[in-house]
Amino acid sequence: MKPFNYERASDPRAAANIVSASPSRRFIAGGTNLLDLMKHEIEAPDHLVDINRLPLDQIDVLPDGGLRIGATVRNTDLMADQRVREHYPVLARALAAGASGQLRNRATTAGNLLQRTRCPYFYDTNQPCNKRVPGSGCSAAEGFSRNLGVVGTSEACIATHPSDMAVALRTLDAVVETLMPDGSERQIPIVDLHRLPGDTPHIETTLEQGELVKSVRLPKPIGGTQLYRKVRDRASYAFATVSIAAIVHPADRTVRVAFGGLAPKPWRVESAEKLADSGAKAISERLLADARPTSDNAYKLRLTERTLASVLEQGGMRT
Amino acid sequence: MMKFDIPAEANLIDKERVVGRPINRIDGPLKTTGRAPYAYERHDVAKGTAYGYILGASIAKGSIRTIDVGEARRAPGVLAIVTYENAGKLGKAKAHTARMLAGPGVQHYDQAVAIVVAETFEQARAAAHLIKVDYLREEGRFDLAGQRDKAVKPQEKGDTPDTAVGDFAAAFAAADVQLDETYTTPDQCHAMMEPHATIAAWEGDKLSLWTSNQMIAWAVRDMSETLLIPPERIHVSSPYIGGGFGSKLWVRADAVMAALGARATGRPVKVALTRPQAYNNTTHRPATIQRIRLGASRDGRISAIAHESWSGDLEGGDVEIAAKQTRQLYAGEARLTAHRLATLDLPEGNAMRAPGEAAGMLALEIAMDELAERLRMDPVQLRIVNDTQYDPEKGPSVPFSERRFVECLQLGADRFGWSRRNPTPGQVRDGRWLIGMGVAAAFRGNITMKSAARASVDKRGMVTIATDMTDIGTGSYTIIAQTAAELLGVPIERVSVQLGDSSFPVSAGSGGQWGGNSSTAGVYAACMSLRDAITQKVGFNSKDVVFENGELRSGTRVVSLAEAAGDKGITVDDGIEFGDLSERYAQATFGAHFVEAGVDRHTCEVRVRRMLGVFAAGRILNPKTARSQIIGAMSMGVGAALMEEAVVDKKRGYFVNHDMAEYLVPVHADIPHQEVVFLDEVDAKSSPMKAKGVGELGICGAGAAVANAVYNACGARIRDYPLTLNKILKSLPT
Repeated sequence: MKPFNYERASDPRAAANIVSASPSRRFIAGGTNLLDLMKHEIEAPDHLVDINRLPLDQIDVLPDGGLRIGATVRNTDLMADQRVREHYPVLARALAAGASGQLRNRATTAGNLLQRTRCPYFYDTNQPCNKRVPGSGCSAAEGFSRNLGVVGTSEACIATHPSDMAVALRTLDAVVETLMPDGSERQIPIVDLHRLPGDTPHIETTLEQGELVKSVRLPKPIGGTQLYRKVRDRASYAFATVSIAAIVHPADRTVRVAFGGLAPKPWRVESAEKLADSGAKAISERLLADARPTSDNAYKLRLTERTLASVLEQGGMRT
Repeated sequence: MMKFDIPAEANLIDKERVVGRPINRIDGPLKTTGRAPYAYERHDVAKGTAYGYILGASIAKGSIRTIDVGEARRAPGVLAIVTYENAGKLGKAKAHTARMLAGPGVQHYDQAVAIVVAETFEQARAAAHLIKVDYLREEGRFDLAGQRDKAVKPQEKGDTPDTAVGDFAAAFAAADVQLDETYTTPDQCHAMMEPHATIAAWEGDKLSLWTSNQMIAWAVRDMSETLLIPPERIHVSSPYIGGGFGSKLWVRADAVMAALGARATGRPVKVALTRPQAYNNTTHRPATIQRIRLGASRDGRISAIAHESWSGDLEGGDVEIAAKQTRQLYAGEARLTAHRLATLDLPEGNAMRAPGEAAGMLALEIAMDELAERLRMDPVQLRIVNDTQYDPEKGPSVPFSERRFVECLQLGADRFGWSRRNPTPGQVRDGRWLIGMGVAAAFRGNITMKSAARASVDKRGMVTIATDMTDIGTGSYTIIAQTAAELLGVPIERVSVQLGDSSFPVSAGSGGQWGGNSSTAGVYAACMSLRDAITQKVGFNSKDVVFENGELRSGTRVVSLAEAAGDKGITVDDGIEFGDLSERYAQATFGAHFVEAGVDRHTCEVRVRRMLGVFAAGRILNPKTARSQIIGAMSMGVGAALMEEAVVDKKRGYFVNHDMAEYLVPVHADIPHQEVVFLDEVDAKSSPMKAKGVGELGICGAGAAVANAVYNACGARIRDYPLTLNKILKSLPT
């Protein structure tokens, strides 16, 4: 870990300004990912701005019936919130499936969205990795890729986004609300937050330097049967091989489904959802039409279809 | 020294007033309140401790062309950097396959290249990143399957690589039913909770190490051979150990590099290996390829049994002795076992909990399940039919000392509800889960090792036992205290146990599940000597003296231990050595595992639902600590079956998933109801304690029982561990 300056932000605008001054400045909230990355010198910021004491830790009901979740609301608190459990159970379930109790106590809403991949080559600074050192190559492509991405990936990078929460937010059409260093605000639909890797896998989001995530807004509740299914190699504390956030309305035969463990971002293809009547096979074929799996992770295609079938069945969709 | 070469007769341990009771760990409160000092936390032992950080090699094979430490040396807080260029002459301990410090040659990935010593840990780590090493890479061999054809018969070190009895080929060809299958087990890592850690300090030419090590005398020996200094100048202390599983049988780079760092700076230096270093810098259980052939008659009797195993290691290393149990577990006239060693340029392969049997039983016990299916026979019954009461390679002249394998199977089947198992796979459903049951034998050899202890009683009547035995979480403190309390007639609270220090008499140490039985046998010898010394001092008749309630009595005469000890106290050193009973009798521990597992019919996720193990392992010295050992080992068996695999990057030559987030071991949610039953047994040929080992028995076969339950649940017969969901998915009908 390289020496760094640390300061505690006094207000959001000031925080954004300080961080905007240099690409080696970073916000820190829960620190559950950033500190590990700094210890390995995968990230080496010279200045950290602590946003934990900013007034961003509330969950508020909006006039339209939606919810505004503050950036520093802890995963544990969000998952336990009665309004979330009642109206957005897919989110509560996804949060409960993530990490461990200790990590959820510390991890924040914004930090969860912005956490970095768990590709083992990204974490080993002895190995080439285009995400860590642009242009150095991708070790995973011909290395160990059993749990890496199959769709939305590129020649340069096959890493996945590890979040469970983000997958649920994607089905809910959440909106990320940010504050720019100049004081203006942005509303970013969650679909637009994470970028696909292309040739620049080190650029992971559409946020600008210093742009501060203030909150995440959920539209008014849409009901339905809301499920989160996480397939993993052990019963707890493991990243998803495949996960599915689903909101099913069996009566009008509509579904929303977003997938984790498959792609560099929560993977949702709205046109595939229109095939709900045709069943899991049709949906997953459309969903994974552009999939480019490795020999290690091709099993995820079949696994996705089977897991989806199970989720639809559980949600009451008969095909 | 007491020589144990005839079976024990009735003795004081048989009274089981203290021994055999489920007494809480005497060191429990220290551990649960954080007051047990582990190596990295020995803040009391050395003043002005500096921090060391080890830089490991970033290549798997090759050599160091240049090391530039200039920038690192100038970094804040840095006191010294030691590399092969300035370390001075070092030896390689015979027990080490790879050297503890690379240079110029690099033998494996993450082999230590340098230690940076600095005022703080963070400074040392940051400076380590500034060292520039220019390597010359060489092609390495990293793929066991690819090297299998080049594997050779290893030199005989401990175990004989090959055995054969009768004409296997002919018997196999003539058998009514045959099985010829190949099974693979992956590299596995110990993943103990406490990483390797050491504080080293020099006082003149004397070295002290506060470390985490299972075998104190070996640690002294190996440090002596590495640093080329006499063993008398080395002091090792390791009273508490946060798990080892074999990874701490030998000193590793933390100890050697801390000593070098301390020598270079003239300061005490502490070093803990990082979690990734635990995977690639230390040792691991080597992967195996195992071919098993079984021939049987229609009634299930095995007539031909062959088990061959291939594994790899660095040059000068050894095989994983995975066919060992097959020499003794089942009957059968024609027999063959063989081990072949391939050279691999991966980190050093070595012992991990139940070396040999843990990997071997994973394969053999699936093979038995498959044979039962081909015979249309119940797998419990198949094992019963093939029981043997003598070593089947040596014949009836070498009977087992005790072998109650059949009772374990029968009692287990009964308690588990085995009769409710449907032998046809895929027939039992519970919601989205397919449910199956599996059985496997448990078998692990019983090793005994010479062990000594110092026993003393003081003027307060307090008994103290000091021995270099270690407690790696096993309960050594407690069973040693129980042994002393039993023999000297004092409550356990009146016994103080001091372990893990090289100034104490040399014990068996902790390894190979020999520690519990052997070290208490050594304490038995010392306590019997102490009884004699006390009796003699007070002038009692040694024939009828009774030690009870803190007193000794003979006829009507009574003296308290405190009085007998007097102001100076009485101290004796004694120990036990073992004769040829282990050759005259086959000695092993036995058991039977029963597992119920669910397989998600969509996702193929496997979740174990319940486990039962029934074990016969001699006298159980403390049912509580023994049960803890067994359930821990059964859990490790679940890991071996379902998730544990150190994945080799075959291009770059290292274990890729080198942390606890990627190398999965079971968490609480994976371990459901576990039941452990010990048969009431004593084994008089094992030791005066009449005990045997239990620390490793529980892992042997547990994973195979899981694999067999998975097969029974869903019909996917996976012969390639671990049974991850992608493999099951592939084996399911589309």
